[in-house]
Amino acid sequence: MSTVSSKKSASRKVAQSNRLTRGGRINRNKPLKFSYNGKTYEGFEGDTLASALLANGVDIIGRSFKYSRPRGIFAAGAEEPNAIMQLGATEATQIPNVRATQQELFDGLVSNSVNGWPNADTDLMSYIGKAGGKMMPPGFYYKTFMYPESMWMTYEKYIRKAAGLGRAPAEWDPDTYDKMNHHCDVLVVGAGPAGLMAALTAARAGARVIIADEQQEFGGSLLHSADTIGGLPAAEWVKGIVTELQRYEDVLLLSRATVNGYHDHNFLTIHERRTDHLTDRAPLNMSRQRMHKVRAEWVILATGAHERPLVYANNDVPGNMLASAVSTYIRRYGVVPGNKLVLMTTNDDAYQTALDWKLAGRDVVAIVDTRANPTGALIEEARKLGIRLIPGSAVIDVEGGKRVHGAVCCSIDATGSKVTSGKEVLTCDTIASSGGWSPVVHLSCHTGSRPVWNDEIIGFVPGAAKEQRLCAGAVHGVYGLGKVLEDGVNAAQQAVAALKLNQPEVELPSTFEPVKSPAMALFYVPHVKPVSRAPKQFVDLQNDVTAGGIALATREGFESIEHVKRYTAMGFGTDQGKLGNINGMAIAAMTMGKTIAETGTTIFRPNYTPVTFGAVAGRDAGHLFDVKRFTAMHKWHVEQGAEFEDVGQWKRPWYYPKAGESMHDAVNRESKAVRDSVGILDASTLGKIDIQGPGAREFLNRIYTNAWAKLDVGKCRYGLMCHEDGMVFDDGVTSCLGDNHFLMTTTTGGAAGVMEWLELWHQTEWPELEVYFTSVTDHWSTLTISGPNSRKLLAELTSDIDLDKDTFKFMDWRAGTVAGVPARVFRISFTGELSYEINVQANYGLHVWEKLFEHGAKYNLTPYGTETMHVLRAEKGFIIVGQDTDGSVTPFDLNMGWAVGKNKPFSFLGQRGMQREDCVRDNRKQLVGLKCSDSSVVLPEGAQLVDNPKHPVPVPMLGHVTSSYYSPNLGHGVAMALIKGGLSRMGDKVYAPLRDGRVIEAEICSSVFLDPKGERQNV
Amino acid sequence: MSEVAKAQVVEESSAAVSKVAVLQQRAGAGVQAESPLHHVGLDHLALNVHQRGGVALREKKLLGHLVLRGNSANASLLKGIKKVLGVELPLAPLSCSAKGTTSIQWMGPDEWLILVEGGSEYGIELALREAIDGHISLVNVSGGQTVLELSGPDARKVLQKSTPYDVHPGSFPVGKCVSTVFAKTQVLLQRTGEDSYEMVVRRSFSDYMWLWLQDASAEYGLVIKA
Amino acid sequence: MLHIYCPYCGENRDQDEFKAKGEAHISRPLDPMGCTDQQWGDYMFFRKNPRGVHHEMWYHVAGCRKFFNMTRDTVTYRIYETYKMGEQPSVTAESLAGGQS
Repeated sequence: MSTVSSKKSASRKVAQSNRLTRGGRINRNKPLKFSYNGKTYEGFEGDTLASALLANGVDIIGRSFKYSRPRGIFAAGAEEPNAIMQLGATEATQIPNVRATQQELFDGLVSNSVNGWPNADTDLMSYIGKAGGKMMPPGFYYKTFMYPESMWMTYEKYIRKAAGLGRAPAEWDPDTYDKMNHHCDVLVVGAGPAGLMAALTAARAGARVIIADEQQEFGGSLLHSADTIGGLPAAEWVKGIVTELQRYEDVLLLSRATVNGYHDHNFLTIHERRTDHLTDRAPLNMSRQRMHKVRAEWVILATGAHERPLVYANNDVPGNMLASAVSTYIRRYGVVPGNKLVLMTTNDDAYQTALDWKLAGRDVVAIVDTRANPTGALIEEARKLGIRLIPGSAVIDVEGGKRVHGAVCCSIDATGSKVTSGKEVLTCDTIASSGGWSPVVHLSCHTGSRPVWNDEIIGFVPGAAKEQRLCAGAVHGVYGLGKVLEDGVNAAQQAVAALKLNQPEVELPSTFEPVKSPAMALFYVPHVKPVSRAPKQFVDLQNDVTAGGIALATREGFESIEHVKRYTAMGFGTDQGKLGNINGMAIAAMTMGKTIAETGTTIFRPNYTPVTFGAVAGRDAGHLFDVKRFTAMHKWHVEQGAEFEDVGQWKRPWYYPKAGESMHDAVNRESKAVRDSVGILDASTLGKIDIQGPGAREFLNRIYTNAWAKLDVGKCRYGLMCHEDGMVFDDGVTSCLGDNHFLMTTTTGGAAGVMEWLELWHQTEWPELEVYFTSVTDHWSTLTISGPNSRKLLAELTSDIDLDKDTFKFMDWRAGTVAGVPARVFRISFTGELSYEINVQANYGLHVWEKLFEHGAKYNLTPYGTETMHVLRAEKGFIIVGQDTDGSVTPFDLNMGWAVGKNKPFSFLGQRGMQREDCVRDNRKQLVGLKCSDSSVVLPEGAQLVDNPKHPVPVPMLGHVTSSYYSPNLGHGVAMALIKGGLSRMGDKVYAPLRDGRVIEAEICSSVFLDPKGERQNV
Repeated sequence: MSEVAKAQVVEESSAAVSKVAVLQQRAGAGVQAESPLHHVGLDHLALNVHQRGGVALREKKLLGHLVLRGNSANASLLKGIKKVLGVELPLAPLSCSAKGTTSIQWMGPDEWLILVEGGSEYGIELALREAIDGHISLVNVSGGQTVLELSGPDARKVLQKSTPYDVHPGSFPVGKCVSTVFAKTQVLLQRTGEDSYEMVVRRSFSDYMWLWLQDASAEYGLVIKA
Repeated sequence: MLHIYCPYCGENRDQDEFKAKGEAHISRPLDPMGCTDQQWGDYMFFRKNPRGVHHEMWYHVAGCRKFFNMTRDTVTYRIYETYKMGEQPSVTAESLAGGQS
């Protein structure tokens, strides 16, 4: 339940001290209540959580990661490093890592700061952070807390808790998430001026277009711009373009949709937040978030640029902000985040911030320009408004703790490398800084392309494209609204040409371009003290990386920028270096005496901004997490209360407990019923492959280890399949249906693999053999009745199959009618009992199954599951591939040399492999039986076996138990094991030392425990 | 070959096809066949007259399904198909030919799915074997799969949620059929009309498909048709 | 996520539909029993691992169920060509090196 509600909002005056009475894209008639750290505030429709917090004068929104310093909102978009929130009104709807600058406000929104333990305003860790400025340098955790090693777990717990990375919900997420696949000709990333023009051009050409933008509205920077386009206010122009784009059937417009990953072959993922702006929980039948998976012919990156802050001492005190962010809050949200502004800039663009501030009716203390002699249209405008301009200077330090109180201003030399004269403290509560623009090159890096430095625009631009990728606008350093619009058209025209579509008519709208003076390349603002001694000058606010830390890293020998990144944690985590990376590289370059181009940049990886696990999982969760495959008789099994076992994706009955029965009881009862009378198993999951063609027989000869040349029609044969290394990988019975027609069965789990194996050899090595394979696993229901009474039972349901033991022999099959349904009946056995496997078309599977029960009551017909099947086959020493074998076992190791043809003319798969030197040595692990000296003991499967349990460590290992069960028919445990040289050690004692201290003694014996002559199945 | 076995083969097929066993698999009257989605009770759900939505689902159940494999260079194969089924064997990849209740879908360069009226598959298999010389394989898989029809204005969106295949009309025109990934399973997908599609689904995966389709359609509304 | 042209289906498909099967053009020795252990080991276990152009076998498991070959750059992931079983590649490391000079 939400803890706030706006129903009575009219009756209570909620202070929004920083809110302007007019302007912005917010709806003052729609107040919304929200809570932050337990207090209730009010904002307006159209606000982000950040703009609403600033409107309410909330300065501190968290504590920093390492030093636990108070932090405020710094930016207005995806680049925000500080305002990382925990959202959610209930435990189940908790979401960590949400940027307040990207979260739209809704009524009842509940937010908490994630950093700060015990709370953001008073923070224990800050005393550690302050106590010694040098206490936590980079590498601190590794250097300090790693020793003693045993204590790391203890330290880590508190460090992580204090660092406060947000938390996952402790309850199930009640919302759903889904995915949508798309294909398009052109994917435009970003709906600012460049992206809109690119999409418009491509759309008019008739291309299939997707345009995605992370914001709630299209327009990008135009949403807070003072510009006009084609004579219209920029936002109005945007509306017109969007209206046109919406008219095209093949144009998909996605807002609130972040292109978070750019993968090989132009495969991109878009994370759309569909309901995060509406309520705490998604509305019924609506997915909360959707991951769009897009395959694009062409990608146009129009991701724009982020403003770069300047690095100066104490630049993290709340009240320090990006200049463009300040403008955004004023123009878009009608929020002035302070009263007295000092603006520091290296360029003309940021002057707009001072103009906006002034026009909002608040005090601009000064514009501090790092350039000695700035000129230009915006500068003139500032002068006209009477704003004080301090050229050739910089804010080198900040006064204040929980909020800026003053800016320490000094003049600097022309290159910005040192302070040249004494200080003036400017009293203010807000310091906006601008060091120019950094193109948002993140996506261009995801497939491995490295950005390249461009001196002209003082920034990195995308490197050479590996994919069909184009750039438009600021992302590759094209600035100026008119040029950006044109660049968008150009990029789209290139794509249109490559797509062989007709170039459409697109006229460029008029724009006003103010005259600008060149920007100064300044990243690090010098202090009177050297880098190592100056107060903390933050480079990466999210990861608490300082200029001093980077200098230390280079001093300690980390010269590669990738190493500097890892040593300092710069650009780590959810931040991905959006604000800090360029400054950090510049500082690393400076301390090493190199250029930025020489130093290079790290590259960015997905995701651009955090993605919820829900969006990654989509609908592959809960009951749809994985496929569940069912046989035609599944409903019956469920109704009989069966417990199920997963075999691959199949749900197979495991055992059928009766009221009050344990698993042990049920399995004993089922096992005895089969040996005493008759049981029934749903064996439909066995893989079945229909093989036809004159080459079928020869093909089987090559695939199986045994001989198939002489198998008559009407006969069945067991076979082993080996890979070329000679190791068994599947087994099963194959029946000769006609001279050119066989039905192969495989293990349940191996069906798809065997099918692929057959196709592989046929398609790649032996295409000359005339044979085809078709899977019929799902087509046939297989009902296995087993036990001394199975013949009597079957006789009641068939009149046209002669069941006489001498005409329908073991390993024969016959066709006929069972319970009124045409069937093939195979007299084969996996229990050692008289058994019949009845195959009917699956549409009749349940019918025949139920008919068998109608007639079976008098024979105590008992359904049995996979567990009983395992017990019964183990009593007989029949192997289960994958349980008694593990890919390192030859037929000879299994004592199944009888299933290996000695005189086959063609060298079958595995023949050469199993004769390698290592495969024919004496002491290979061989499958044998094990009988415990204490007949009441059942060995644990997987138990290691040794000759002498008292042998000093390391004890030589003989092998392990592969199968082990209690046999109710024999009254003792039966086990199989792979033991070194086991076949020649019959009668020897071996020992299984268990974890609980017990040592179990067992004797090596034949693996056939019951009916060694095989008489029971031949009756 | 033993006498018994020989007799068996002949009895099975009643035609002179001794090399391959062809079994008449339909049960006689009185035995109800259950399609893969029988347990869901789609017929019952379809009776609800209050259903509304942008997606409709129907099981075209208990059809005759035959998988044909053969060499398209075999002239007898093409001739035999045309003669028995009255349609051409589709040789172009991802194409389909259909006439009345009979259709043939391309599944691979040597593999096709023949769909015929339920109950006629046995006779058709025998007739095809009679009409075609040379090496082919014909397998009755009628019990192993079913056909789901998805239609309605939002059907394409449901497909987009489920398959990475490009189902835009420009890439997936009416009549095209593709084998592809569908959620966590695979289907043979055919566009049968402006906003209708058919999917051939394996029996053991059909319940998963049913759950998936209900879920993926929920936001548009799912209508069950008989 | 690769986008792969199936030479049998005649169109690009998503990587999800395919399985990679390792190095292409490995022939089974015609006389396995005549091979030494070393020859057999080479056939079974030893594979190229080039940085750059490589020829691989792929399986269109969710599509037409055909095996085919692919010439692919293991560094850039660029697919130069796919070709049917039994055919030879038209692009090789040598042909690319020659083409560049």
